[in-house]
This record gives sequence, C-alpha cells and structure tokens, in this order.
Amino acid sequence: MTALDLAQQLKAQFPGLISEPVEFRGEVTLKVSDAERMPEVCALAKRELGFDYLVDITSVDNYGDDPRFMLVYHLYGYGHHCALRLKTDVSEEKGEAPTVTGVWRTADWHEREIYDMMGIRFRGHPDLRRILMWEGYPYFPLRKDFPLAGKPTDVPDVAFTEAAPLAGGPFVTIAGGKDTIAREPRVRIPDADALETNARLERRHDIKEAHGHSHGPGPIEPKR
Amino acid sequence: MTMSEPRDIEFKDAAARVAEPAPLPPGQPPGELEGEKMVLNVGPSHPATHGVLRLVLELDGEIITEARPEVGYLHRGDEKIAENFTYTQFIPYTDRLDYLAPLANNVAYALAVEKLLGIDLQLPPRCQYIRVICCELARISSHLLGVGCYAMDVGAMTVFLHTFTEREKIHNLCESLTGARFTTAYTRIGGLSRDMPPGWAEQCRKFLNEVVVDIDETETFLTRNRIFVDRTQGVGVIPREVAIDYGLSGPNLRGSGVEHDLRKAHPYLIYDQLKFDVPVGTTGDCYDRYLVRMEEMRQSVRIVHQCLDQLPGGPINVPDGKIVLPPKDRVLTRMEELIHHFINVTQGVNAPPGEIYFGHENPKGELGFYINSKGGGTPHRLKIRSPSFVNLSILSWLLPRHMLSDVVAILGSFDFVMGECDR
Repeated sequence: MTALDLAQQLKAQFPGLISEPVEFRGEVTLKVSDAERMPEVCALAKRELGFDYLVDITSVDNYGDDPRFMLVYHLYGYGHHCALRLKTDVSEEKGEAPTVTGVWRTADWHEREIYDMMGIRFRGHPDLRRILMWEGYPYFPLRKDFPLAGKPTDVPDVAFTEAAPLAGGPFVTIAGGKDTIAREPRVRIPDADALETNARLERRHDIKEAHGHSHGPGPIEPKR
Repeated sequence: MTMSEPRDIEFKDAAARVAEPAPLPPGQPPGELEGEKMVLNVGPSHPATHGVLRLVLELDGEIITEARPEVGYLHRGDEKIAENFTYTQFIPYTDRLDYLAPLANNVAYALAVEKLLGIDLQLPPRCQYIRVICCELARISSHLLGVGCYAMDVGAMTVFLHTFTEREKIHNLCESLTGARFTTAYTRIGGLSRDMPPGWAEQCRKFLNEVVVDIDETETFLTRNRIFVDRTQGVGVIPREVAIDYGLSGPNLRGSGVEHDLRKAHPYLIYDQLKFDVPVGTTGDCYDRYLVRMEEMRQSVRIVHQCLDQLPGGPINVPDGKIVLPPKDRVLTRMEELIHHFINVTQGVNAPPGEIYFGHENPKGELGFYINSKGGGTPHRLKIRSPSFVNLSILSWLLPRHMLSDVVAILGSFDFVMGECDR
C-alpha cells in the first residue's frame, strides 16, 4: 500500500471535504477545507488507516493572503511505513482551530508551540500556555509582520523576588547598582544605610564633577 | 516446669519503626493527618538537567504526583533566522541545534534542502560515503557523551572519564576533517565544504579499533553493575503504545521495543547498501534505553568500517555551478562561473516553490526539517522538528508515581539536548 492509496481512501471517507492528493518529491499532501473537522479526519486516519505516529504539527504564515495561516500535520504509520501530510487554513480573524490532543498526545507540545510562535489558539487543548517564550510575552514572533531584530519588551522578574539569604552582607554583589563600583560589596561602607550611602556617594561624585575632576576616581576616595 | 508454646515475636528494625505512622490521637479522624504536598523546582540550572531544562515537581513525600517540564530557556529563534537567510547561510546554525552531534545536523539539513531542489539522488558517491561516516561518528560521539553523563548522574564517575577520552579523539578527527572541533558546518547544499585530508581514513580506522575496546570496557563498568542496574531497571518504563502516542523517536523509541529506524525504513544516502542491525529494547525502562545506545555505537563502528573499505574516489560536489560554488580558479578566469558565484553568494540557491519534509535518524531521534518554499534563495518557512523537544513532552506522563531520586535516572536515560529542544 502506498501513501497515495491511503490518501485516496481518506478522501473517500470525507467527500467534499478533502482535496485531490498532491504529490511533490514523493510526498503526498491533502488539503482539508474546514479546519473545524480536522480532529475527525485525524481520528479516522489513525483508527482506520493506521497513522499511529504524529510526526509534527506546524504552521505557516502566508502574510497578505486570506486566509492567513496554514496548519500542517505530518502523519506516519508504523504498520505501513507511509507518510501523509494534511493541511488546513485558519483565518486571521478566527485564529482558532480545534485541538487534536485527543487523537495523539504528542500534539500537546506542538500545539503549544504554534500558539506561542504564531498565535493560533487550539480549542479544547488541556494546557494552552506559551512554551518557548515566557508567560506574558506580548507578541507572536514567527509571524511575518514581526521583525527579525525583535521588539523591546519587559523581561519578567528573576525567579527569586525576595532577598537572598546573604543579601546585604559583605560578600554579595548588590543587584541593580548604578555601575560595577556601586555594586561591588568590598567598597561598601558597612555601617551606613544603603540608600543614604548611595546618595552620599553620588553627591560626592557630583561635587567632584563640578570641580572639573570628572575623570577622577569613583565615589570612594582612597585614604591618605 | 512446662515448656511454653513457641510464638512469633514481632520486632521491627529501626527503619521500619521510623516509617510507621504515629498512632492517631483518640477521637481524631485520620484524614486530617495527610501531609501537605510540596512543590520542588529542579533547574533550569542543575547538573542533572543537562542544560537548561526546568522541572516543577509536586511531591507527596518522596513520590512525585505531578511533573511540569518548562522549556524555552535556550530559545534563539532559529526558525525565524532561517526565514531571513539563504539556505547556505543557515548551515552554521544547524551546528547549534544538537550541539553534541553537529555533523549529523549538517547532513540532515543539507539533505532536506537537496530534497527540495530534487538533487538528493544525484549526489556523488564519495560525498554520500563521507556523509554517512560523519553521521555515524556523530552518533558515536553523542552516545559516548550520553552514556558517560548518564553513568555520572547515577553515581559512576569512571565511565565519564573513559568515554570523554574517546570523544576527544572524535573531536580531533572532526578538526582535521572540517577545520573545527564542535561547530563543524561541514556540508554544503549539494556537497561538502572539503574532501578528506590525506591519511584521515587511517586515523579513523585507528580510532574505531580503540573505541570498540572502550565500549567493551564501559559495558563491564555498567551493564552488570549492581548499583547501576538497581537504579535503572524497571525505572521509567514506557510501554510501546505510549511511546508511539507521545511521538518518541530514536533510541528512546527503540528502547520501548518499536523497531523503527529511518536508516532502515526510508534509507537515504547509501544506507541501503550497508549492513547493520537495529537494536531494540523489550521493557522500555531506563536500562533498555542504555543498552540500545551501547549497541548502536557498535553498529555505527561497523558502518564506518564498511564505508572506509568501500570509499570511492571522484568529486564530492554536484557538478552544477548554480547549486555549489564553482572552483575559485575558474571563478577568477571565466565569466559564467563568476556569475554563478555571484548569484550563489548574494541570492542563494534558487529553490522551486513547494514543500518537503525530510526526517533524519539523528543520534537523539528523528530530526526533521519541513521547508515551505515560495521559490528563491530563502525558505518561506523552515520548521525544525527536533527529537529532544518531542521526547521531553512525555515527562509529564512518565515522572509521576516515581521517587524523586528516579528523576535523575530518567532524565539521563532520555539523553536530550536543550539547544535542539528550544531551537
């Protein structure tokens, strides 16, 4: 049995829904005209045609076309060693397709990645969160209208928001100091309050600048 | 005085007494004594996570009740970069996917683009043989590291030192073959960046004879090692159906007893002319995955030996100036070659419109490239189907019900690379 035979069988099960198989470089592609019926098609392909391995799901952004997005499913059967590609379109206004996690559990992370990178939501997905970018990232970076250089965003806070056990001690660098000298724990004056110290150091620095010593040593003066 | 009846005396050892629950105070229902669940964060910077995988584990005592893998700490946007580069320019980026087997990634990517161009069957024989040697050396290197680190994770330090000694020799071979030890960028679309240097085949044979000894030694360290076997056998069992359902590939899939190897099922290059076996496991536990890797190394040695014996002469590149850069002396003296060189460098190889998927049997599993082309020198969309990404998705199913200390054994047996997972 070849992939083309299997494609014809699948097409016969869904008259009017699936296009004629297209062959390119020995690979067979079917286009499903309605994304809503994708889980149904996939379930039948798995149950009756032996496509038990979902290799991959991915998405393509055809920016400027309508419908804008295309979902691509790569199926494979360990019984007959044939591969099949299913494609379906998703419009930008809708931006949503039903999940196939009920058919293959491996679809879980693939769909999360598509949501993360392209912004297509999967209805019925058990845990649709961003996977590669962080929670709260505002853009979908693989869309064609997202620039290669990226856009400025707020990076989330570091994992530890409370003070670390030795913070403020003599061996720990102060996070967020003005420069490396201000962050260096060994030049800190230990008994002074941190805020006051910083303000004083800055004042001293300013006075020096006013006297024309702008390239002089940093806030700490060496003892004479 | 009469003999009393013999009776059993119940005497528990210290550990059993400690493990016993304290007697309930009178009148208290037992439900209120259930312990709180604890959330433990492992990684992203932890030696057992082999990179920057983060696991959020919910623990009931020492038993894991829920596991949530978090990935993406090494995301560099490789797929976005590919859309903005020519096909040739992207080759160095493939080194940084599975950075423990860059040669195999180079070959996989080149074959994918060549499939799109329709020249994958026209590659000169010498190029195909050298590519196979590259793939198998990469497999040995990757598995040596995988087994060595795995042994160290579960407490055997010596293996790591042995396997890294051998791995060093592979890096030396890579250096003399490609000019770089790690980031090789060796293949070109339609060929290779350079031919084997003189004497390389002999060096390679010498290495193969040495590595076989080392693999045997590693076996004696681990395969019947009581501690290693206790920590891996029956731990992290993945049944065949679940492995397929979660899309596992490579040694992790074969460890679960699925006899599927892309080199056998869909032979590319000259794999159909080579003799090698595909090892499979029976139970799908960590120990089986380890055994599969050990045997795959031996099979790779066998393949490289065959390739070196049969290595043909001749060119290493497709004789087409529109795909491969023409020789420099001709570029400088002839008009046509100069034009080809210029077009190739500035615009890239002109690919036809269409879409292809090529799956390659990488050391970690099926590395696939889906290329959607609208024509021209850059892909419209390039998707990297990385084996580590898919293999890790099973953790949320596999880790619960295991002890916390088994996490290290299970993670090590998966042999994943985050550079490839996060892309």
